[in-house]
Amino acid sequence: MSLVLALTTAILFSLGTWLLLQRRLTRIVIGLGLIGHGANLLLLQTGERRGVAPFVGSMAGKTVADPMPQALALTAIVISFGVGAFLLALAYRSWQLTGDDLVEDDLDDRRIAAALELELDDEELADQRIQTASEAAADAGGMGSNGEGGR
Amino acid sequence: MMRVLLPLPVVLPLLAAGLSMASARRRWLQRIIGITTLSVTTAVSVAILVQVDRHGPAAAFMGGWDAPVGIAVVADRLTGLMLVVGSPVLLAVLLFAIGQPGTEDEQPAFHPVYLVLAAGIGLSFLTGDLFNLFVAFEMMLTASYVLMTVGGRTDQVRTGMTYVVISLIASTLLVSMIGLIYAATGTVNMADISERMVHLPQGVRLAFALMLFVVFGIKAAVFPLFFWLPDSYPSAPTAVTAIFAGLLTKVGVYCIIRTQTLMVAPADRPIGFFLVIAALTMVVGVLGAIAQNDIKRILSFHIVSQIGYMVLGLALFTVAGVGAAILYLINQIVLKSTLLLGAGMVDHAAGSSRLAEIGGLARRFPVLGWLFLLPALSLAGVPPFSGFVAKLSVIDAGFGIGSWAAVGVALGVSVLTLYSMTKIWGGAFWGEVEVVAEPGDAVSARHGGTWPMLASTGALVVGTLALAVLAGPLFGLCERAAADLLDPAAYIQVVLR
Repeated sequence: MSLVLALTTAILFSLGTWLLLQRRLTRIVIGLGLIGHGANLLLLQTGERRGVAPFVGSMAGKTVADPMPQALALTAIVISFGVGAFLLALAYRSWQLTGDDLVEDDLDDRRIAAALELELDDEELADQRIQTASEAAADAGGMGSNGEGGR
Repeated sequence: MMRVLLPLPVVLPLLAAGLSMASARRRWLQRIIGITTLSVTTAVSVAILVQVDRHGPAAAFMGGWDAPVGIAVVADRLTGLMLVVGSPVLLAVLLFAIGQPGTEDEQPAFHPVYLVLAAGIGLSFLTGDLFNLFVAFEMMLTASYVLMTVGGRTDQVRTGMTYVVISLIASTLLVSMIGLIYAATGTVNMADISERMVHLPQGVRLAFALMLFVVFGIKAAVFPLFFWLPDSYPSAPTAVTAIFAGLLTKVGVYCIIRTQTLMVAPADRPIGFFLVIAALTMVVGVLGAIAQNDIKRILSFHIVSQIGYMVLGLALFTVAGVGAAILYLINQIVLKSTLLLGAGMVDHAAGSSRLAEIGGLARRFPVLGWLFLLPALSLAGVPPFSGFVAKLSVIDAGFGIGSWAAVGVALGVSVLTLYSMTKIWGGAFWGEVEVVAEPGDAVSARHGGTWPMLASTGALVVGTLALAVLAGPLFGLCERAAADLLDPAAYIQVVLR
């Protein structure tokens, strides 16, 4: 039984990690969810003993289950539920703004890439190029979201 | 009396957050609630520090359950120091946010969320329970997610996403680690773990020491776990960046210091590993800063670089070393917030914080020039400022146990820090007067910022100067705090009785 639980935890963690490494926000969100479930399952397995539910009045003379991991897992579930909702809202906002759920490149990466591409020593020129490019992207994004609004 | 005082830095801001939420339509009332609460919290923090310095550590137990069953709130000298430095910084940054157009005036949620952040930071410092520390982190982080993305602009959403995902991974690792520690020791009370940890096999103890370092290292932004920070911090509103830079990463450092001294036995501390990480954090951070050309991004890389000094001090695990790390931590809380508020004023006065687009601000706004120059010199470690005292104490402690390589790296990095400060100074404050946009109101046009912005930045600059003037007694207090940490018997005794 505990081997099954341990294996499930391992599978949840590894699938979650794989999804986290993808570039689509929806996959990242699902990946985080899976890892969260893995962590909660791990918490549940840390209990010292199994037995009856630890309610006052019902446990005289019987072995009582360790209530601590359940309390911890419950707290962790509530927190990850709230943060998960926030993450989904953020992903939705990102989709509204850019019309896409790909994670964008870092600004610095693009700056360096542009400098290499133009074979420029002068980073400022590359900087300007990036600025015009991102302004153009912002315009396109703005039109995209207007289109969404009109539909 | 301590039983009443100890929970107040958490309870007061939380209650005030509720009140503030209820008065979402009256901004003036929200401002009064925020300022009053944080002022009272500051007073309570001072009272706590005075008490623990005089009578030793104190503990209070929530819900009337004694430890290790109940959740303990514990204060020793380190906790007291963190609260006393953190609370006024929270207050000053709130004042700045009120003065800065476009930060809280259009956002009804700003004040309540900011107060929840304050409560989360307070609980992280005070809690004596590992799982409760996770809850405190979540309170603090959830508030920070909202503050970081509060405008909902494209760049904020992009960088906010990175920040949220990284923080969530760190939290999940933390909760998994707490589960493993519970499975091994049967408790989540930190004092109790400290006592039971010695009975575990050596490999398990070493694994826990490293896991604790990695989990809190993500939050503290040590090498190589810092990559998220310089990308995400600069895109939040300036006041928010200032509090993140001043306090959030430092909570991570506080947790590293607390857990490594309390829960890891002296024989298990991976000292050589810490020294290497400290050196790499300093070097990579400062090299990143040199490559940047935006004030906020330069300062964000410096956050990373300065964390290295604290890890270096801690890694020595002597009273002088840990004391120096605490002094450095206190210094950086004030300095980083001040510098980022200064950067916010540059942004406000000149319309941009990119070095290529601005210039000559020292001639145009002399007050602003001084408000940036003094903390910048202090950060670079120029005598007689507080940054010099802190660096000197770290380096002195390093000499004390003969770790020459680490000390050499620390000295080299401080020269590079000075170089990047002169880059900001030369790019933004000297040269031809160049601004992108003029500030709208008359006070800003003359001094570079509105009255609350000037007052709060000025107060923090005075704070950094005070840290230099009071360096002697303060270092004495830090050393006493370090002595407590390295011999946690009193801490454990007051929790478990």
